[in-house]
Amino acid sequence: MATILNIQNLSKTYQSAGRTLTVLENINFSVEAGSTMAIVGPSGSGKTTLLGLAAGLDRSTTGSVELNNIKLDQLNEDQRASIRNQHVGFIFQSFQLLPTLTALENIMVPLELRGEKNIKPRAVDLLRKVGLGDRGHHYPAQLSGGEQQRVSMARAFINKPQILFTDEPTGNLDAETSRGIVELIFNLNKEAGTTLIMVTHDLELANQTGRIIKLKGGRIVSDETTANSN
Amino acid sequence: MDEKRGPNFSWLVKMAWRDSRRNRSRLFLFVSSIILGIAAMVAIYSLGDNMSEEVDRQAASLLGADLMIGSGKQVSPAIQKMVDSLGDRRSEQRMFPSMIYFSKTNKTRLVQVRALGGEFPYYGALETVPSSAGKTFRNGQAALVDQTMMLQYDAKVGDSIKIGNVSFVVAGTLINAPGQTGLSASVAPPVYIPLQYLEQTGLSQKGSRIVTQFFFKFDEPVNMEKLVDDIEPRLDIEGMSYETVETQKQNTARSLEDLTDFLSLVSFIALLLGCVGVASAIHIYVREKIKSVAILRCLGAKGRQAFLIYLIQIVVVGFIGSLAGAALGTIIQQFLPIAFKDFLPIKVTAEFSWSAIGQGLLLGIVISFLFALAPLVSIRKISPLNTLRLSFQRFSLFKDPVKWLVYLAIIGFIWAFCYLQIKEVQESIGFSIVIVIAFLILVGSAALLMWTVRRFFPNRWNYLWRQGLANLYRPNNQTTILIVAIGLGTAIICTLFSIRAILLNRIQLTAQGNRSNTILFDIQPQQKDSVIALAKQFNLPVEGTVPVVNMRLEKVNNITGEVLRKDSTIKMRRGLFDREYRVTFRDSLISSEKITKGRWSGKREGPSGTVFISLDENYATNNSIKIGDTLTFNVQGAVISTIVGSFRKVDWGRVQTNFLVLFPTGVLEEAPMFHVLVTRIESKDVSARLQQQMVQRFPNVTIIDLSAVLNIVSNIIDKVGFIIRFMAAFSIFTGLIVLIASVMISKYQRIQESVLLRTIGASRKQIFYITALEYFFLGALAAATGMFLSLGISFLVAKFMFETEFILKWVPLLIVFVSVCFLTVFIGLINSRAVVTRPPLEILREEV
Ligand SMILES: Nc1ncnc2c1ncn2[C@@H]1O[C@H](COP(=O)(O)OP(=O)(O)OP(=O)(O)O)[C@@H](O)[C@H]1O
Ligand SMILES: [Mg+2]
Repeated sequence: MATILNIQNLSKTYQSAGRTLTVLENINFSVEAGSTMAIVGPSGSGKTTLLGLAAGLDRSTTGSVELNNIKLDQLNEDQRASIRNQHVGFIFQSFQLLPTLTALENIMVPLELRGEKNIKPRAVDLLRKVGLGDRGHHYPAQLSGGEQQRVSMARAFINKPQILFTDEPTGNLDAETSRGIVELIFNLNKEAGTTLIMVTHDLELANQTGRIIKLKGGRIVSDETTANSN
Repeated sequence: MDEKRGPNFSWLVKMAWRDSRRNRSRLFLFVSSIILGIAAMVAIYSLGDNMSEEVDRQAASLLGADLMIGSGKQVSPAIQKMVDSLGDRRSEQRMFPSMIYFSKTNKTRLVQVRALGGEFPYYGALETVPSSAGKTFRNGQAALVDQTMMLQYDAKVGDSIKIGNVSFVVAGTLINAPGQTGLSASVAPPVYIPLQYLEQTGLSQKGSRIVTQFFFKFDEPVNMEKLVDDIEPRLDIEGMSYETVETQKQNTARSLEDLTDFLSLVSFIALLLGCVGVASAIHIYVREKIKSVAILRCLGAKGRQAFLIYLIQIVVVGFIGSLAGAALGTIIQQFLPIAFKDFLPIKVTAEFSWSAIGQGLLLGIVISFLFALAPLVSIRKISPLNTLRLSFQRFSLFKDPVKWLVYLAIIGFIWAFCYLQIKEVQESIGFSIVIVIAFLILVGSAALLMWTVRRFFPNRWNYLWRQGLANLYRPNNQTTILIVAIGLGTAIICTLFSIRAILLNRIQLTAQGNRSNTILFDIQPQQKDSVIALAKQFNLPVEGTVPVVNMRLEKVNNITGEVLRKDSTIKMRRGLFDREYRVTFRDSLISSEKITKGRWSGKREGPSGTVFISLDENYATNNSIKIGDTLTFNVQGAVISTIVGSFRKVDWGRVQTNFLVLFPTGVLEEAPMFHVLVTRIESKDVSARLQQQMVQRFPNVTIIDLSAVLNIVSNIIDKVGFIIRFMAAFSIFTGLIVLIASVMISKYQRIQESVLLRTIGASRKQIFYITALEYFFLGALAAATGMFLSLGISFLVAKFMFETEFILKWVPLLIVFVSVCFLTVFIGLINSRAVVTRPPLEILREEV
């Protein structure tokens, strides 16, 4: 199977108050297209940082990130934005919807950015899939947290991403809602073959993926395949 | 990968529109601060357009004739012959200052007498009440008297006035004459008499400063250009000037243009202030949009696209704001002709001016674009990382070269605008520098305040005071913008007060102590002794009289007026040869003058010796005249060649018989001359009685007393001050709007904090106090900075423009200070009230 994400010798340091803070150190792993994976670890271990680097939101200090055989480190910010738009989906812990756009408009933005036409029916369809068919004209402020998270999922799905990054997608939600959302995410993996990389504290959720990488103090301390891998 | 595919411009517009839906009221708040500036611009531009149209339309009645020839001296037979051959109809007018005497009230006044013969004006009319008087007064021993003076002296039509030796009946009140402005009439109120009585008044003697004007009317169309070319050389020789409808039109248009240029510069300050308001509001707006931009970037938007979305928003609201400004300006324009009537030589009616509106709109768009650009370019640099960690990134203003380009563009724009108004490279650079420096001083003092408060924070103060102070420097504060807005407004008001005080003081100074305060002009040599005797009867201090000889300058070395006109490389002022010189001669210096260069030898060496004269130093250097230069004067026909022997520094601030040009004795004794007497009169009453007697016995003597001059000057200052206040009002109201807008914009930011404070138990009263204190600190510092700025400006103006002592009047400044502080606190509190009084939850829900 093809490799969709390849991370080599990755490290990230921050300079603050004259001191160097190493957040990630010598990270190596690669991910097969169509697989699922969880990144776990204690708070402050560098999970979000790693996700951001893998998705090209930030530049590494050393090492390289290859997404779909494109070396992200050699691209400028606008080129990386275009890669994200073509191949990458995001679901953030804190939803990150545009507050001035309605639910439907939020979902359409990625395709509008591609310059595609006739996207409204697809957006309406996706909205129905996430169970918000009648809430399209509402602004984020008029939706509950779980509803906002579902909108942000629909937005992540609409450009049919090859790889989907999620950062604690259920962190704020009750068990019932979480289950529904997790189910939607895994369905996408099954139906469209989207690669899933999720950061989570929830071991039960991690165990549903095919592989778990454990971070501690910015290093990978374990990298195990689970029973789900096949 | 297809790089070219992507959203088109219409999507950006769509996003701009979508994004604006929840911010619209705030977006309009941003641009509200430029509305007044644009309104002022449009109003002034419209007035300018209206005026130039009116000048075209009323050109003929500005002059009142097809051609005018004027002279400041006796008309030679040759010219008289030429005059008699010109035109189909002719009028003659002689103008000179003289005292008039109101027989009924026994009062006297210095006026400008215009002895008029013929049917002038041929175009337009002498506007009078009753309206027939403008024509009929010529038929009898009658006069037209300026309306303001009629009111002041409680005179009525039918009263009798005396000018020189002749009594006239007031036939009518003079409302307006061709080319006259309210301002010129208040300096020297005109009185018309028929020319045929001039001789009898006894005021037309040699030596009196009489200006003669001939007006011509051509019944058939003539080629005026050719005619003027033809007579110009002859007029030049005699030092005479001419005016045609066309030249008069050009002159008037030019001076009106100067007026509108000046006014638009003043309005520009209001506009700039509004722009600073816009820029700072957008700065806050951009900060709030960081998250949205980061999300867009995450989803694949390019930096440029995100930037364009917000730029489109701002330019569109900028356009709408400019439209509102243009509409308001068109309304204001209706009142301008009334406000400016004293300055306008023509009647102006307000008419719709599309070009003014177009210019205003263009200016509004350009300026909101430029000033929004500075904060907006930061959007390009917002990292998608902000979705993971908010405000991870601090705006580093100084690293982005584009930002510097924007600042350069702004300064360039300011200069270009000034240049378009002033049309002088150097002066427009100077003006722009002054503007930029004033802004920098205000911005700098805001930064200094924040630094000082943080550095020396009074930890021991009571909690409310500390919180109020801390608000000055916490994140997203409005300290800078408010200090600039309030400070600039205060500076303008205070400068007006100070300059007024300085000017009045300068005149009052001259009346203090034992200095002279009254001057008697035009005393004929044979009257000299009796005038002195009369003055002594009133127990006045008199040290004799000073002889004055009128002359013209013909040549400096080999340069004549004609050479100067043709050669623009000669650094001499044009007036050098055109003016009449009043010259005295004596063998010694007086207390108000000092030799600074060369040597003064008060006497001519024998009847054919070289004549060494002494010049005022400033006047000489301004006209590039050096010691040893040869100056050729014409004393009523007689040519005298002189050598510049010395320069003097003259204290013009005193009422003394001071002269630009001083001759030694032994040259001018036989020339036609009059005498001047300077004295000091302690009481108004004595002054009035002396003037009555003088006018009765020596009607040709002109009396200037300082209180009258004071009246005139304060009158002018009031009129000019009114215009400046009128224009400054735009800046001040813009300052208020910026104040209101920035307080309202920050309202959204305060909600969190105020809700938090209330949640942890702060009472409404405490929050109220904190807010009041914060605005008091802001208002006080801004007002203080503005005041000091104005003191600096007035000091420079006093020192370099008026060359007089700088004085400080604290009381009006203090009143301004207190009012500004009060207003700031008041507006701050009113706007913050919502935060304080409404339930926190309601506000929180509204915020998103
Ligand atoms: N801009 C920055 N400057 C300095 N240190 C940073 C910066 N960003 C992140 N860090 C530090 O890097 C470390 C890793 O942060 P990161 O957000 O990746 O942790 P995490 O594993 O996602 O934690 P959590 O589970 O709490 O979300 C933290 O210690 C954080 O303080
Ligand atoms: Mg994290």
